[in-house]
Amino acid sequence: MDIGVPGESKAAGGTATGAARATARPAGRRKGRSVPAPVLNVIALVLGLAVWALLAWRGVGGLPGPLAVARRGGDLLRDGTLEGDMVASLRRVLIGFALGTALAVVVGFLMGWYPVVRGLCEPYIQFFRAVPPLALIPLAIVLMGIGETPKIFVIFLAAFLSSVVATLQGVVGVDRTLIDAARVLGARDRTIFLRVVIPASAPFILVGMRVGLGSAWATVVAAELIAAQEGLGFRMQHAETYYDLDTIFVGVIAIGVLGLVMDRLLLLAERRITRWQERR
Amino acid sequence: MTSKISFRDVTRTFPVNNGAFTALDGVSLDIGEREFVTVVGPSGCGKSTLLALAAGLDEPTSGEVTVDGERVTGPGPERGMIFQQYALFPWLTVRRNVEFGLRLTGLPAAERRARATHAIELVGLADFADALPKTLSGGMKQRCAIARAYAVDPEVLLMDEPFGALDALTRVQLQDQLLRTWSAQRRTVLFVTHDVEEAVYLARRVVVMAARPGRVQEVVDIDLPYPRTEQMRLSPQFAALRNRVWNAVYHQPPAAARP
Repeated sequence: MDIGVPGESKAAGGTATGAARATARPAGRRKGRSVPAPVLNVIALVLGLAVWALLAWRGVGGLPGPLAVARRGGDLLRDGTLEGDMVASLRRVLIGFALGTALAVVVGFLMGWYPVVRGLCEPYIQFFRAVPPLALIPLAIVLMGIGETPKIFVIFLAAFLSSVVATLQGVVGVDRTLIDAARVLGARDRTIFLRVVIPASAPFILVGMRVGLGSAWATVVAAELIAAQEGLGFRMQHAETYYDLDTIFVGVIAIGVLGLVMDRLLLLAERRITRWQERR
Repeated sequence: MTSKISFRDVTRTFPVNNGAFTALDGVSLDIGEREFVTVVGPSGCGKSTLLALAAGLDEPTSGEVTVDGERVTGPGPERGMIFQQYALFPWLTVRRNVEFGLRLTGLPAAERRARATHAIELVGLADFADALPKTLSGGMKQRCAIARAYAVDPEVLLMDEPFGALDALTRVQLQDQLLRTWSAQRRTVLFVTHDVEEAVYLARRVVVMAARPGRVQEVVDIDLPYPRTEQMRLSPQFAALRNRVWNAVYHQPPAAARP
């Protein structure tokens, strides 16, 4: 502790040995002077806005400035258009996501638990994983018409495919010793499944759900190309026809913010449910 | 002496890509009622397979394993098992881990709680009853696993290198604690280890096994009285027994060709 400048040894950590401290010092110094991450995030946002404003001011590519976009956002909010679009898109995503992940959990568990089910399902899962859900839009339209069904179906498929594999891996990866420990204590298959396999694979399922939500959200915009009457994707498509860049920007930002909020909520739930996990 | 656990000419082979691996080859062994037996041997000698067979987690290819004269066909709560990697359910607190087996017996909640509390106190974890396993040290995790096994009050304890992952100091403490509880409530213990000193210190008999194929090399009687103490650990008799077991483990003649 008595080597070097007081501030430095504190930054390098009191438990380090002299030799380790000497090598750790550069890292320690950087850490000592560093700005907290949230502050950096805000700085990045402000800088980004400034660059955007500058580009718009110089008239690069007919880009609208942040102020124009904010004004348009305000207008769309006031007349209820933005809200209606967000609700329509969110509704599709949430229904597709809920159905997709619910089925993925069931199918993933069955595949992980019964080798026969796995053998039967695996080729289809692997095949459809190789087909982007968007590529199925034309097929969905032909088969299901142009209502809500094909849109939700495509989102459902995207969410299902990305989370079924995670659930399967979770079930297959359950520590064999935990199952043995439960059996030795007198547990039968049903108990082992409910009280060991499900909790042990919960972290995998939640990661799968986050990935599933990501792909559901990514698919919604394209799904709304199918003759939608409202929705963020539809609104942007519509604005494109009129070269309405302001509205397109509002749409992009709304999609990003909503996606981020949903992801954070799921992350929060994940942290809560898997609090028991050892984190490295 | 009546035999509690009995292995009769037990052979266990595992299929591998070019033939079969013989983990146990014609092993016969009797463990007496309330006896403490340790099994020691080089890796691959089938000592863990021996435990898995007694636990009912595995089945012999030929031969027979009996407990109380009954053929073992699966796991049962009268045979508790302790694993080297603790095998605690990480999403349950210490108390809920200990209660896991009790819940399966359909015991009333109050009784369950009382028995879990007793088991937790027995291993000295009372202050950590509501802690999650991730917050415990290795020694505490293993004590929790031992409490979980004790809670269902098994007649037989099968221990698979339970202290193998712990530091030397913790290991000695847990050995003494195990002997204390064993002296108080004598159970039949079959304890697998790769530590010769541990094997000699704990057991009344040490079974030395040999590898390729896994078989019983020698059974050494440890004629030291219980309770075992630190002085005993440092005594010449102990050293002599340890040397004998050591030689049996580390200077094994090659497997005789079987007719």
